Amino acid sequence: MTQDPNVLNDWLVVGQAGKLAPGSRGRFSARLLGEEVELSRDGQGRPRATDRAGRREFAVQERYSYLWVCLGEPRKPLFEFPEFVQPGRRILDCGAIGVAASGLRVIENFLDVAHLPYVHTDLLGKEPHTEVAVYTVEVDAQTDEIWARDVRLWQPKAAVSASGALLAKYAYRVMQPFSTMLYKTCPARPAENDIVCLFVQPVDETSSLAHTLLAYFDDASEDRDLIAFQQTIFGQDKPILENHRPQRLPIDGRLETPARCDATSIAYRRWLKSRGMRFSVHAGN
Amino acid sequence: MPAIKLYDYELSGNCYKVRLLLHLLGVSYEKRPIDFFPGREHKSGWFLGSVNPLGQIPVLEDDGYVLRDAQAILVYLASRYGAGTQWYPDEPRVRGNITMWLLTADDLTRTASAARLHDMLGYELDVDRCRAGAHALLRLIDDHLADAEIVGQEWLATMHPTIADTACFPYIALAPQGGIPLDDYPAVRRWIGRVRHLPRFIGMPGIFSPQL
Repeated sequence: MTQDPNVLNDWLVVGQAGKLAPGSRGRFSARLLGEEVELSRDGQGRPRATDRAGRREFAVQERYSYLWVCLGEPRKPLFEFPEFVQPGRRILDCGAIGVAASGLRVIENFLDVAHLPYVHTDLLGKEPHTEVAVYTVEVDAQTDEIWARDVRLWQPKAAVSASGALLAKYAYRVMQPFSTMLYKTCPARPAENDIVCLFVQPVDETSSLAHTLLAYFDDASEDRDLIAFQQTIFGQDKPILENHRPQRLPIDGRLETPARCDATSIAYRRWLKSRGMRFSVHAGN
Repeated sequence: MPAIKLYDYELSGNCYKVRLLLHLLGVSYEKRPIDFFPGREHKSGWFLGSVNPLGQIPVLEDDGYVLRDAQAILVYLASRYGAGTQWYPDEPRVRGNITMWLLTADDLTRTASAARLHDMLGYELDVDRCRAGAHALLRLIDDHLADAEIVGQEWLATMHPTIADTACFPYIALAPQGGIPLDDYPAVRRWIGRVRHLPRFIGMPGIFSPQL
C-alpha cells in the first residue's frame, strides 16, 4: 500500500451509504488505494470498515449520503458542507462512474474552465465564446481549501433547468486532493447557487471511481433528466481523461505548460506539491 | 404526424445506434430518458410491465407500434423511413450479409459492451472472458474489412454503408472504455474514421463527431 500520508490519513469516499441500508445486514467491498475494503454495519447500525480478512478495522463515517474511510490515522475531520442540509435543496446521487485515469487528473479536469466550449459543446460552452475572463484563486488559510471565484462563462445550456443561454458564474472549492465542488448560477433561484460535488474514490494510482452528487434548487426537473445531463457531461470527459499521458499528474510545473486561464489548475498542482503529494503523481520529468 | 418515441439512455451504445440512424435518415423523434444507472429504471415494475418485459433498452414507439431490440429497430426504421435508400437494400445477398452483421452486433453487446459496463458502471461479470470474446470478434472484423478494402469495399455488408455498419459501430468505437484497445485492428480504425465522416453523423459521450 502507498505510504503517502496525504491519502493514507485522509477521508476517502467508498460509495453511497444507501448500499448499506440501515438495519440491514447488507455489505459490500470497495477498492481503495489498491486495497480491498469490506463495508458493513455493526449491531447498532453503525458503519464498519475492515480489511478483507476482517482483522484490521479502519476509521469510517457516514456523511453527505456517502461512506468515507480512512486507511491510516485521520488527520482532521471531514470537510464541512453546510449546504447539504439547507432547506429546499434537492440532493441527488448521479452514480459512480469508473475512469481508467488518475483521480488527480479527474479532479483537475473538473476545475478546468477552458475546455468547456470544446468538449461540452452546445451545453457548457460553444465557440467562439471561449474566452475565460480573469478570476481569483486563493488558498483559505483557515481551512487549507482552494477557492476559485468569479469564474464567468457564456453557456448555451448550463443545466437541465436553463431555458436558454446564460452567462454562468462559477466558484470552485477544493476541500481535499480527491474532493471538490462547484457552485454555479442557479437558473431557478438567481440569489442562490446550485452545487455539483465530485468525490473521487482512488481505486489505485491510475484508476478511479467518480461519484457525483447534485445539491440543486430545482423543483421542476425529473431525477432522470438531471442524472442524464450530468452523465452526458462526464461521459464526454471520460475518453479524454483516459488518454492523458503521462497518466499520473505532473506537479512540478515543467512537463505540462499552463496558461492564465488554468489558474485553478496551477493552484491545485502547487497545493499538491506543497503537501508533498506522491500518490498518483508523475514521478519523472 | 405522431412523434417517434425512443426509450433512451445517453451512455448506451445500443440506444446511440438508433439515435444515429434516425439522424442519418433525417427522422425526428423524442427521447424518453431512462435512469439506467444508478436508478435501474429499465428493471422497474412499470417499465417491465408496460414497455419491455425483458428489461432492456432501447425501445421504440411509432404510432402505437412498439419494438424492442436495437437491431430490430434499425431494420424497422430503415424499412419504414429509408425505403429506396442504401441503408437496407432489397437485394438477397446484401440482406443476408446485413443480417449476419446484425447478429455480430449482438455478440459485441455480449462482449465489448459487457466489459465496458464492468469498467464504467461496476457490473460484476467475468471481464477477462468478455475482453477475449471481443478481441476474437475484432480480429474477424478487421480481417474482413482489410480483405474488402482490396476490392474497393469500404463497408461491412456491401459497397456502401448499411445498417450493418451502424449496428456494429458503437461498441467497436467504445471498446477502449472496456479495456479493449484497438491498436491491433488498423482496418477497423480506418472504418471507424469513415463512419464518423458520414453526412449527418452524430456522436455520443465517448465518440466525437468530427464537426466539433
